[in-house]
Amino acid sequence: MADIAEVHQEDHDHHMPGFFTRWFCSTNHKDIGTLYILVSFVAAIIGGAMSWYIRLELAEPGVQYIDDFQFYNVLVTAHGFLMVFFVVMPAMIGGFGNWFVPLMIGAPDMAFPRMNNISLWLLVAALILLLLSAVIGDGPGTGWTVYPPLSNQDYHPGPSVDLGILSLHLAGASSILGAINFIVTIFNMRAPGMTIHRMPLFVWAMLVTAFLLLLALPVLAGALTMLLTDRNFGTAFFVPGQGGDPVLWQHLFWFFGHPEVYIIIIPAFGIVSQVVSTFSNKPVFGYLGMAYAMAAIGVVGFVVWAHHMFTIGFDVGTRAYFTAATMVIAVPTGVKIFSWLATMWGGSIKFEVPMLWALGFIFLFVVGGVTGITLANASADLVFHDTYFVVAHFHYVMAIAAIFAMFSGYFYWVGKMSGRKYPRGLAMVQFWVFFIGVNVLFFPQHFSGFAGMPRRIPDYPTAYEGWNYVSSVGALITMIGTILFFIIVWRTYYGVKAEANEWGEGAKTLEWTVASPAPWHTHEILPDMTGKAPAE
Amino acid sequence: MSTMAIRKKSNGKLALALAGFVAAMVGLAYASVPLYELFCQVTGYGGTPQVAAAAPGPLSNEKITIRFDANTNPKLPWKFEASRGEIAVRPGEQTLAFYKAQNLGGESVTGTAVFNVTPLKAGAYFSKIQCFCFTEQTLTAGQQVDMPVQFFVDPEILSDPDTKDVNTITLSYTFYPSKSEDKSVNTVKKNYNWKKS
Repeated sequence: MADIAEVHQEDHDHHMPGFFTRWFCSTNHKDIGTLYILVSFVAAIIGGAMSWYIRLELAEPGVQYIDDFQFYNVLVTAHGFLMVFFVVMPAMIGGFGNWFVPLMIGAPDMAFPRMNNISLWLLVAALILLLLSAVIGDGPGTGWTVYPPLSNQDYHPGPSVDLGILSLHLAGASSILGAINFIVTIFNMRAPGMTIHRMPLFVWAMLVTAFLLLLALPVLAGALTMLLTDRNFGTAFFVPGQGGDPVLWQHLFWFFGHPEVYIIIIPAFGIVSQVVSTFSNKPVFGYLGMAYAMAAIGVVGFVVWAHHMFTIGFDVGTRAYFTAATMVIAVPTGVKIFSWLATMWGGSIKFEVPMLWALGFIFLFVVGGVTGITLANASADLVFHDTYFVVAHFHYVMAIAAIFAMFSGYFYWVGKMSGRKYPRGLAMVQFWVFFIGVNVLFFPQHFSGFAGMPRRIPDYPTAYEGWNYVSSVGALITMIGTILFFIIVWRTYYGVKAEANEWGEGAKTLEWTVASPAPWHTHEILPDMTGKAPAE
Repeated sequence: MSTMAIRKKSNGKLALALAGFVAAMVGLAYASVPLYELFCQVTGYGGTPQVAAAAPGPLSNEKITIRFDANTNPKLPWKFEASRGEIAVRPGEQTLAFYKAQNLGGESVTGTAVFNVTPLKAGAYFSKIQCFCFTEQTLTAGQQVDMPVQFFVDPEILSDPDTKDVNTITLSYTFYPSKSEDKSVNTVKKNYNWKKS
């Protein structure tokens, strides 16, 4: 990286800072984006290792590897937190968002470069706190939902849950600052002629995501603060004996938690839209519909939270409302799916690696979306609640779907970010290994769930033996796929040089107009987009 | 240069407005606590019974069975039970029922009863006139008392299409150590062994 930087030092009259200043005090959106992606890699390895350990224990009935059940719960909890807050969000929002929002809208950098730096390091601090919470005391075995009374002092004495709460506070503050930065950048720093309705869909996705972060995360911060004071300072927000109500926590948590899943998946929509358009060599079908479908998903996402808690005993009217409102989300998501298909229809499709991942995303997202419609039915959900059917559903729709979009974005943009091309053959093999792996891993969990297997339990009756074994074999295949990915990352640094626009005429957005790797400073002369077509 | 300066200013303003959003949402999270409580009390949501001054008197001869449920939090050394398992009442009819409580511990303890009714949708139609749960109860060592609750079922329960099917209502109480006592009582689960034995 350093030699590349020096080349550009000659191009520009800018002083290139030394290693420490450049990477630890960074205010450059590209460097910060790279650091976010690195944080995501680290967290993905830890969170992934936890999931493989869980699947190892679940490969056969009985207790083989994890005889401390609290530790099992800690693994499940930490896996969830790591993947949501420290893998998907940093990679998509902090990583690709920081890298490509300014490049795509023709801005020289983010609106508040120093605040950007604070966001990054708050996240690193949050990651350290989260890892500390798992190793100090008994660890938080609460699940990522942290429901009281399980998370109160009676059942989780010691500092673990408090450290977890503080970790989420910091991660939340980091994301809120990042969200403010994105909104100001997108509203105020677009190049001349880059109107709101000409922005690439990835930028639209980041704008919607930033608003969701801004509205959802403060509610989580408030709820976490209540839990913290309940645990340590004698308040009773969630303590029934003193007039509180644990169900209030569930309402507050899911008021944040449901938008959170859209915070994860909407950037994925953005990446997939760019990739499908590029490799179909066509503009996205129904650009405005696509943009406002994301906005609609964001808005409706705030009024469906109670479908996560149908079992608390709502009356019929409340259940009917939350069932219907949840199903309404299928309409804008359907608009997106069919628009991607229509984009490909009649297009000149190239099955390059990013396109494979994007197609994989569409498949997985549809499978997970369909089971989502099933679970939206309050009456069915009463049966499926907390079974592996739910686990299969949300891993398809937001976990591996998001990971596929991240891989798609990585292979789409790695040439732009590193200046090198990835090894194409190996990347194709990795896609198929990973695609087969995750499906073998998660599809059988639908069957286990139908048969009534509960979540978050380290042992199970022999009736669930077969599909659990298959699922664990899938986890092994996925692990091989993950190792292959890191080999690809390593080999990419020895790859051939990437040209400025390696994808040809299908790639129309502004990041392809700058050199590869993108120079340290870009768009210093603002590109003029006046009168041009929407940049989708 | 001048346009840059204008830009900078508007960036700051927008960021400040967005920070205002954040503050408002945190405020909303906290405001939801009293709002949620108020909402439950007013609508009977979550099986929260109503409080009334007097019963209107029975309007029909249809009867609804009232069952009495009693629970004690392990931190409170009390024996707490209903005097009668169930009674049949006519909606609108004022009824008096009793619970029995005894302090099994060696010292005086104050407790508070938390309550609701199931099915939860009956909460809006279950009205209490007098209840031991309205105030804290203090029992000296070994003391045994009868605790009265005076209530009626709102006759409208018979005409609401949502609650027409309700023929049994369970009134449930759980006694907890009151807030002032909580610190002095040992936490039960503190040394619970999570490891599989």
